[in-house]
Amino acid sequence: MADEVKAPPANFKVTIDNITIEVAPGTTILTAAREIGGDVTPPAMCFYSKLQGSGGKCRTCLVEVAAGSTADPRPMPKLVASCRTTVMDGMIVKNITSDKVKDARAGVVEFLLLNHPLDCPICDQAGECHLQDLGYEHGKEGTRYEFPRRTFEKEDIGPYIQLHMTRCILCYRCTYVADQLTDKRVHGILDRGEHAEISTYISKAIENDFSGNMIDVCPVGALTDKTFRFKNRVWFTKPVDAHRNCENPKCCGKTTLWLRGEEVFRVTARKDQWGEVQSFDGKPGWICNTCRFDKKETKDWTIEGPTLINRHSVIAQGHYVGVIKPKETLQEVMGGREPLLLMDIHDVSEVNKLNIDLSKIQGPAHSNDFNK
Amino acid sequence: MGRKLLLEKAHVEGIRTYEVYRREGGYRSVEKALKMAPADIVEEVKKSGLRGRGGAGFPTGMKWSFIAKPEGIPRHLVCNADESEPGTFKDRYLMEFIPHLLIEGMIVSSFALGSNASYIYIRGEYAWVAEILENAIAEARQNGWLGKNIQGSGFDCEMYVHRGAGAYICGEETALIESLEGKRGNPRIKPPFPAIKGAWERPTVVNNVETLAAVVPIMNIGGEEYAKIGVGKSTGTKLISACGNINKPGIYEIDMTISVEEFIFSEEYCGGIPNGKKLKACIPGGSSVPILPQNLLLTTAKGEKRMMNYESLSDGGFATGSMMGSGGFIVLDEDQCVVRHTMTLARFYHHESCGQCSPCREGTGWMERVLKNIETGKGKMSDIDLLWDIQRKIEGNTICPLGDAAAWPIAAAIRHFRDEFEWHIKNPEEAQRRNYGLAHYADPIHVPTPPVTA
Repeated sequence: MADEVKAPPANFKVTIDNITIEVAPGTTILTAAREIGGDVTPPAMCFYSKLQGSGGKCRTCLVEVAAGSTADPRPMPKLVASCRTTVMDGMIVKNITSDKVKDARAGVVEFLLLNHPLDCPICDQAGECHLQDLGYEHGKEGTRYEFPRRTFEKEDIGPYIQLHMTRCILCYRCTYVADQLTDKRVHGILDRGEHAEISTYISKAIENDFSGNMIDVCPVGALTDKTFRFKNRVWFTKPVDAHRNCENPKCCGKTTLWLRGEEVFRVTARKDQWGEVQSFDGKPGWICNTCRFDKKETKDWTIEGPTLINRHSVIAQGHYVGVIKPKETLQEVMGGREPLLLMDIHDVSEVNKLNIDLSKIQGPAHSNDFNK
Repeated sequence: MGRKLLLEKAHVEGIRTYEVYRREGGYRSVEKALKMAPADIVEEVKKSGLRGRGGAGFPTGMKWSFIAKPEGIPRHLVCNADESEPGTFKDRYLMEFIPHLLIEGMIVSSFALGSNASYIYIRGEYAWVAEILENAIAEARQNGWLGKNIQGSGFDCEMYVHRGAGAYICGEETALIESLEGKRGNPRIKPPFPAIKGAWERPTVVNNVETLAAVVPIMNIGGEEYAKIGVGKSTGTKLISACGNINKPGIYEIDMTISVEEFIFSEEYCGGIPNGKKLKACIPGGSSVPILPQNLLLTTAKGEKRMMNYESLSDGGFATGSMMGSGGFIVLDEDQCVVRHTMTLARFYHHESCGQCSPCREGTGWMERVLKNIETGKGKMSDIDLLWDIQRKIEGNTICPLGDAAAWPIAAAIRHFRDEFEWHIKNPEEAQRRNYGLAHYADPIHVPTPPVTA
C-alpha cells in the first residue's frame, strides 16, 4: 500500500478495444462502451439501465479485462460481465478484439437459442427482437442441439398481456418492472434451472397501471401486447412520435405510435438506440396502460413526427418521403408470367436490388451477391 | 494414527449434552477468547493457517480480516451448514455428534468478528440435525454462553438455526444469504462481496461448519501450535468423508501428512477395496472436483507420491491433478463405469442449476442429455467433442461457481477417460452388457525426465 493516499481523479480513463474514453467513477464498462458506441458496445440482453439490479444474468456482455487499473495492472482471470463491473482508472478492456470474448459470446448465444422456439415468422416481436439481432450478429448459423426443446403453455396474465414462456430467455427484466414501477409485486420466477418460468402467483392476473411496460422491456417475444397480437408485422407499421396529456402523474405521456394509414396499431414507450425506454428530464419515460392500450385513435394524440429508426433496422425500410417505388422486375425474371400471389417485398427488404437479376445468380443467392 | 482435534471426543457417551461436553473441557476456548481482544483472535486464526473447509480452501484469517467495520451497522457471522455436495457428509457428522463444538466455535468467531446475531444455515434435509443444534443452542443459552452479556464479558450474541429448503445452490455463499433473507436462492453478482455487503446489506462472513469448529482447537492449543500440524500451507486436521467402493466408508480426521494410497488401502482408514477388486478412479474432494484415474491419483505427474493435502492433490493443475475440495472422497473400483458416473453427476448439476444465468441453465441440461445418449448407446463420436466444447463454454462464464462445478467433472472424465467414452460409442450394445473395466488406468504413467545438462 502506498503511504500517500492520492485523491482519486475526477474521471477514470478506460480503454475499450483500443479506444480511450474518460468516464465518471462508478460507471460500468458497458455504459462506458455505450458512450463510445458502435461495435465496441457489448450486446446486453438482461441489463436495462433504467431498472435497478438488472444485468449480470445473460452473460452476452462478457468482456476481457486485460489490465485491471493503473494501480493494479493485472488482468482479471475470468471474463467479466461488463454490465455489472465498474471501471477503474487505466483499465484496459477487450471486447471484439478478444478471441476469448467472441468465443464465449458465441457460446452464450447458442445457449440462449437452445430452448428458444425460433418461431420468428409467427412472433410479434420479430423485427424488433434483441435475440434476433444477437443471433444474427454473434451466433452461428446452425445449432448442435438435437433434443426436444422446452415448451410451456401460453398464459394470459391480465387482460392486456400474454406470456409465452417458451420464448423467454429469463432475463428477469419484467420482474424488476413489477418490483420497481408498481405498487406491489405480483409475479416472479417459479422453479429453478431449465424449468424456471416467469409466473404470477397461482395464476393471478397482473393488474396495475404500469404493467404494460413489461412488454417494452422484454427483449424477446415472451410478453406481447394482446391488443396488437397478430394484427400486423412491425415493419409494415410506421412509427411516429406522439404525446398526450396523461392524467396519470407517473406516466410521461410521450410515446411512439405504430400506424398504418390513420389506424393506430400499437402504442409503445419511446425507445433509445439501445432498445431501452428513453429518459425525459432524467426520468425514464414509462407509460401507463391507458396510453398504451386504450388510446388507439390518432385523435387522442398530438403527433410530433416520424420516429428516427436505425437505417439497418427492418422497420426503417421504405416508409418515408422520397421513396422511389422500384421498377417491377417480376415479369422479367419469371419469363413474362405474372406471379399468382404478389407480395410487395420491396417495401420490407432492400436486398432485392434492381440491377441484380436473381435468375442469373448461380445457386442460392447470398448476401455477397447484393453487396457487389 | 494422526492427531485428532475435532473428533477426539466425538464418541464420548452423551457428548451431545452440555454437561458431558463441558466436563470434557468444552467452552474453554470461549472463556479464553472473551479475555482477548477480537483482533487478537483474528490474528491467532491467521497464524494457524486455517483454510476454509467448505471447498475453496481460502485462508480463514484473511477472510475475517476483510470484513468491513462501518460504524453503527451490525455484522453477521453465518455458518454454512448447507452441505449438499454429493459425497460430502462431514459436517452432518460433526453437528450430529458434537453440536456444542460448532456452537463453541461460532461463539468465539462471533466475538472475533463482532457479530451479535449469528446464523446456522442448515440444509432442510438435515431436519433432525437442526433439532439437535437447536437443543444445543438452548442448553448453551441456559448456561450463559449465549444471550446477553456472555459470562459477564459484556458481549451479546444470539444464535439462530435457519433451515434451507433443499437446494444445492444455497451452499454458495451469496445464494445462502439471499435464502437467509427469505428470498429466492439466486447467487448475487459479486462485487460487492459479503464481507462488505452481505445479509441485509450488512458485512457478513460465511464459513463452513468444519472451519468454525476448527476455531475451537486453534484457541485451545494456540495458532502456532495448530500450524505445526500438517505440511506447508495445509495446516491442521481435515475431515474426509470417504465413500464408494471401500471397505470402511465413513468420516476420518486426517492431519494431511498421509498419502492417498495409505488413506485408501490402510486398515486404519478406508481399508482397501472390497471383494479384491482393483482401484479404478477416485474423486478426492466432493463431486465437483476433477476425477482422477488410479495412476494419477496415487502419484503426481512428476512421479511423486500424492499426499492428502491441498497442495499435493492439486499438483499438476487440472491437467493431471484435482482438488482437496470439501473432502468428499469417492472411490470407484474397476467395475464402475465412468460414463454412467459422469452422467449421474451431470444430472445432479442440471437439477440443481438455479437458472439465473444462461450458460449454466441451458448448458447443464444439454450436457446431461448428451451423456445420457452416450450411456444408453445412442452416442456419436462427435458427442465427445461437443461435450468438451459445452463444458468449456460454461466454465468461468457463469455468475457463481456452480457452472464451474458442473463443467469440471465432465472435463476431467473426458480428459482422463476418453477411450472409455469412445468404447461406449463404438460398442453401444456391448456397453449395455458390461463395463470397460480397469483398462490401462492403473498403468504407470510416463514421467518425463529432465534433460541432462552438460
